Amino acid sequence: MAWDRNQMAARAALELQDGWYVNLGIGIPTLVVNYIPKGIEVTLQSENGMLGMGPFPYEGEEDPDLINAGKQTITELPQTAYFDSAQSFAMIRGGKIAMAILGAMEVAENGDLANWMIPGKLVKGMGGAMDLVAGVGRVVVVMDHTSKHGESKVLKACTLPLTGKGVVNRIITNLGVLDVVPGGLKLIELAEGVTEAEFRAATEATLVN
Amino acid sequence: MKKVYPSADAALEGLLFDGMTIASGGFGLCGIPELLIAAIEKAGTQNLTIASNNAGVDGFGLGVLLATKQVKKMISSYVGENAEFMRQYLSGELELEFNPQGTLAERLRAGGAGIGGFYTRTGVGTVIADGKDVKVFDGKEYILETGIVADISIVKAWKADPSGNLVFRKTARNFNPPAATAGKICICEVEEIVPLGSLDPDSIHLPGIYVHRLVQGQHEKRIENRTTRKKEA
Repeated sequence: MAWDRNQMAARAALELQDGWYVNLGIGIPTLVVNYIPKGIEVTLQSENGMLGMGPFPYEGEEDPDLINAGKQTITELPQTAYFDSAQSFAMIRGGKIAMAILGAMEVAENGDLANWMIPGKLVKGMGGAMDLVAGVGRVVVVMDHTSKHGESKVLKACTLPLTGKGVVNRIITNLGVLDVVPGGLKLIELAEGVTEAEFRAATEATLVN
Repeated sequence: MKKVYPSADAALEGLLFDGMTIASGGFGLCGIPELLIAAIEKAGTQNLTIASNNAGVDGFGLGVLLATKQVKKMISSYVGENAEFMRQYLSGELELEFNPQGTLAERLRAGGAGIGGFYTRTGVGTVIADGKDVKVFDGKEYILETGIVADISIVKAWKADPSGNLVFRKTARNFNPPAATAGKICICEVEEIVPLGSLDPDSIHLPGIYVHRLVQGQHEKRIENRTTRKKEA
């Protein structure tokens, strides 16, 4: 057993602290919004130029001028503010965003992150990810622990082109939670039904106590 | 001084030439200058270098200029939704300079603000830093990025007055203001040109000094990723 996508998102939501400004990436991180704990108020930033992102619109109420960074239609809230892309990344690089939660293709024990391309195969682009990991207060990665072929994605060193060097603070996978600490990764928590032996077997990176 | 033109074709008259550089506003398909893009397709201008966060989708937005092979090079942060873009890039037909999104926005802003270059933490230790000057400020490494000055910029706003003062709407603002400032000449398409004096001077998003030509028109405003929720019963 391991966590599914929603359980991973729910675990990631426990990272949020009251009053924070947070940027959520595309994919599983987007689901985090469904699990924000009671009593915690966070303001979501969308890097295409919005603070105070609201839920998806009801059918028929979509506005082509109101989308998130994943190009999904969204809504605004009473506290919403809009701004241009230069302003948006000024607040990101300037350290005003407390935390970013984003997906990854690979992470390494030194905090390196790769999530934007596979040379010769998949060319998506980094979008705002390089700016986010370079600028925000805390970087939390949410990802599957292994590839479809069972190979570890939690590595000694990334093999893909990097998004950022030594930028990751915490990794949440379907098998558990890891922190980047001096000398390697530290196991913080196992997913329900996952044994430490299973976790270690799926992890290529050095685990330290 | 008359800034208002009757059509997108007329607004681009005398400005287009092969090999030119264009800065374009928009994020995905949101806030893109769709009328000016269509006019550039019609004009058939070749070997374009276009600085734009995305390249539209197949058949809409900048995707139409890729389909007609009018683009030599894109400067973008994300091309994930455009199959033809990826095909042309992987086959070597199209040059692509990946810029992190915030770096691209700041390069446009800097170009328009007379800033030759700036140092940023973004991309340190990645391929983006290859060949770029590195400086240490306060114990941290930063890389040098240069401002972009384009021959023209093409942008989309919601409303303008005849003097070129612009107001954008919601997240359709995105790259439009920085792209507008980066062009030696800026052409802006809007949904509505309102009478002089009807925009609140305290609520202008981009002052008319940056905008040289204006055109009003009907916009399709296509939605790329329609996402909704169900009403609770």
